Amino acid sequence: MEGTSVEAVRKTVRTYIIVFVSLMVLTLITVAVSVLHLSIGMAIAVALFIALIKGTLVAGYFMHLMSEKKLIYSTLILTVIFFMALMFLPISHALDNLTR
Amino acid sequence: MEIPYTATARPDTGLYNGKLGIWLFLASEVMLFGALFSSYILLRVGAPVWPHGSELLNVPLATINTVVLISSSVTMVMSWASLMMKDFSKYRMYMGFTILLSFVFLVIKYFEYTSKFSHDIFPSTSTFYAIYFTMTGLHGLHVIGGIVVNAYLWGPGNKMWKSDPQRFTNRVEIAGLYWHFVDLVWIFLFPVLYLL
Repeated sequence: MEGTSVEAVRKTVRTYIIVFVSLMVLTLITVAVSVLHLSIGMAIAVALFIALIKGTLVAGYFMHLMSEKKLIYSTLILTVIFFMALMFLPISHALDNLTR
Repeated sequence: MEIPYTATARPDTGLYNGKLGIWLFLASEVMLFGALFSSYILLRVGAPVWPHGSELLNVPLATINTVVLISSSVTMVMSWASLMMKDFSKYRMYMGFTILLSFVFLVIKYFEYTSKFSHDIFPSTSTFYAIYFTMTGLHGLHVIGGIVVNAYLWGPGNKMWKSDPQRFTNRVEIAGLYWHFVDLVWIFLFPVLYLL
């Protein structure tokens, strides 16, 4: 974001407020959904989906990932791949046990 | 020796060095917390029964803490935006709010922890509490780390604004990237531990 004009920053401030309100609403929705006592599979899917949206908003706007340099994207793609592998390990183990 | 590219971008990366540095650090942090989330899944799917977080933990307090941490992320980004708009007094105000909100988060967490301890609930009580205390404890340490850095930038470190404003603005942006990451981790910890 270096070299950004004062006017451009002023505009992003408005975006920050919108993101802030969205994050608050999504937090309330997550809590509201949790008292509905959905089936565990459904509850996990909904909660993680909302968390994913919230995470994307924080990373995209507050962390400026919407407009970053290529090197950072490359670093993060690699991180995501390794992170997914880390999540897949216990899940694949559980599936293995189920199908055995 | 002068550290190169602290204020201006390196021609080949297009980034000032500190920014690449913090992103590499955050990538390692993703793996650190990732290992714990991975452990959580393994423990949960391997357990014959797993308690519903809301039956054991205080959801209203955690919801307030979520609101507090998200608000602190907004004040953090506003403190950086204020510097970009050359408004130093607003920067001080927003950064001050960020630090204040971080303390509010820790105080609420303190009440949550002590109410558990007073009921003889410790990490050794069950697998659920073991992973709960480990994950929220590590997250809490990150909050403390953020407070130290932000307090330095709010107080003594702000002298740099007079000598090298661009470098100081970059420092605040870097501290912000770390702080938003701490917020991001909580955004996932909250539903995983408290709501599912």
